[in-house]
Amino acid sequence: MTEPLLKVSDLVIEFSTEAGVVRAADEISFDVHANETVGLVGESGCGKTVTGLSILGLIPSPPGRIVSGSIQFMGRELVGLPETEMRRIRGHNISMIFQEPMTALNPVFTIGNQMIDVLMRHRKLTRRQARDAAIEMLAKVGLPVPARRVDEYPHQLSGGMRQRVMIAMALSCDPQLLIADEPTTALDVTTQAQVLEQIAKLQDEFHMAVVLITHDLGVVAETCRRAIVMYCGRIVENAAIDNLFANPRHPYAQGLLESIPRIRSDRLDELPIIPGRVPDLLHLPAGCRFADRCPHADAICGEQIPLLVPGGIGEDFVACHHPRPARSAEPVT
Amino acid sequence: MTGSNDMALLDVRDLKKYFPVRGGFFQRVVAQVRAVDGVSFSLNKGRTYGLVGESGCGKSTLGRAILRLHEPTGGQVLLNGNDILALRRSELSEQRRRMQIIFQDPFASLSPRRTVAQIIREPLDVHRIGAPAERERRVIELLADVGMGTEVRDRYPHEFSGGQRQRIGIARALALNPDFIVADEPVSALDVSVQSQVLNLIAELKIKRGIAFLFISHDLAVIQHVSDEIGVMYLGRIVEQASAQDLYDDPQHPYTQALMSAIPVPDPTTKRSRIVLEGDVPSPMNPPPGCPFHTRCAQVMKKCRTAAPETVNVGRADNLHLVACHLYG
Repeated sequence: MTEPLLKVSDLVIEFSTEAGVVRAADEISFDVHANETVGLVGESGCGKTVTGLSILGLIPSPPGRIVSGSIQFMGRELVGLPETEMRRIRGHNISMIFQEPMTALNPVFTIGNQMIDVLMRHRKLTRRQARDAAIEMLAKVGLPVPARRVDEYPHQLSGGMRQRVMIAMALSCDPQLLIADEPTTALDVTTQAQVLEQIAKLQDEFHMAVVLITHDLGVVAETCRRAIVMYCGRIVENAAIDNLFANPRHPYAQGLLESIPRIRSDRLDELPIIPGRVPDLLHLPAGCRFADRCPHADAICGEQIPLLVPGGIGEDFVACHHPRPARSAEPVT
Repeated sequence: MTGSNDMALLDVRDLKKYFPVRGGFFQRVVAQVRAVDGVSFSLNKGRTYGLVGESGCGKSTLGRAILRLHEPTGGQVLLNGNDILALRRSELSEQRRRMQIIFQDPFASLSPRRTVAQIIREPLDVHRIGAPAERERRVIELLADVGMGTEVRDRYPHEFSGGQRQRIGIARALALNPDFIVADEPVSALDVSVQSQVLNLIAELKIKRGIAFLFISHDLAVIQHVSDEIGVMYLGRIVEQASAQDLYDDPQHPYTQALMSAIPVPDPTTKRSRIVLEGDVPSPMNPPPGCPFHTRCAQVMKKCRTAAPETVNVGRADNLHLVACHLYG
């Protein structure tokens, strides 16, 4: 395997709150290779967004801070990098798109003005060249009549169009890595299908890697090559997409996959559930954070935090004292 | 005509809700938003009618118009044969006991300054049902019905997670023993692992208490799981209606087909051909002439642009399967 594009190792992020210090991300380690799509999956508060923000150096500080660990991008350490250098990487090498495009776009500038600034700064273009590049980029993301839209304000566009503008802005400087935080969650399903298709197409064209942060396992199944499942600030499983869905090793990943309603003809009377609820990050259990909801938990689970270790198939990892058995039906190639 | 059944608990006929758009110097009505534009369906005791559609299609307005939380512009709503829309305010209050609503956002729909017991008791207090001691007993029963213990009764909503707040909202809706509940996106704000708990609770209430639900959601997988009948809504109209099974096995309307194919499937081994719709939903203030879907439809014909399609039954045998599309007219 070649050197990964992004290498996150033992990353720990904490936030100070009135009620105490919260560890939002705990010992996070994963790799992203060039041109691959990796899903970062989990429920609200699991630390997926914080992890994504940390890669761009966007953790609000205070109250947040990276306590330890490293984030290496193309061999370069990003943790502790001065803001001026981080700014050069942002947009130029790593871009981010957010869930709600209306809050990420500036309402008092036209689409064109917002894009032109970025293009002039990063690609050293003149204003006229930058405007042409902006129109070209808007056309690439499938925005209808880009030459007119470029002079419109964000409120004149629909949610799907705004998200396309966000993508156009994020990709306008040809980044190697795109962090997409719930990019389609605020959109209707038919619009979501359009936007996801567009991201996949552009990814091929620009040869970029994508970290897709989402709670939607359907979106992950259709777009990602690997998925990282997080629970309560820790990675519980990191597996190739086919392995994760066919043979989830961690009981949480298994429960999550079983509990989603699916469109099927043999409808179930009752959905399988994960009992209980996510523990409060301020009062975490001593051992495995999933132990009190887990049907397989025993004494050791209450005492020791399970570490993320290679889990049988290929490059898969699982953090569980009693992982579900790996089925070796399919030979690994 | 829909499957209006003489014995139906709820019968909605040609319901319309238009919102006026005011403008100009005198704030005159300059346009109408046809949020609900002639919707008919019926619902029996202990059944769930799932209403699915994308944002702005009018599904929430329809739910509220049935309860007269929005005053409908036209049509009829019969509950146990009584026309809800013909009732005076005082009579309406009596009928409201039979109809309740569960809202999407469990963070906004519960008063932050009242305890759980006060919230659940409120409908009993408003309708003066039972002596105070009886109401207290009823609160304990209702908490048990939604799977919560007595110890929560003096706590406040902010102490609970989304799923538990939604249970409190459901307990409040159950307080008056309603026949019919509108559940407006009740699980959309919840995480997956909690969502399935609440869906199972709603299914249990339907079976054990015979409550009829109008279940509104944008999520076709959730709708397919909970519903007996499903109506697919687009720009204020129901474009297709069938049993959950028929709609899944054999969707007829091009919009339903596109909607079903657009849902990401949580299984990487299924590779499907996706119907990707062009463009966006038109504004309900200025809907296209003819079929409302013709601007995005891959199978559009000449008459779709001018004439609105009639609703026809394409179901086999006794099965009602209604479609409003010129392909079947």
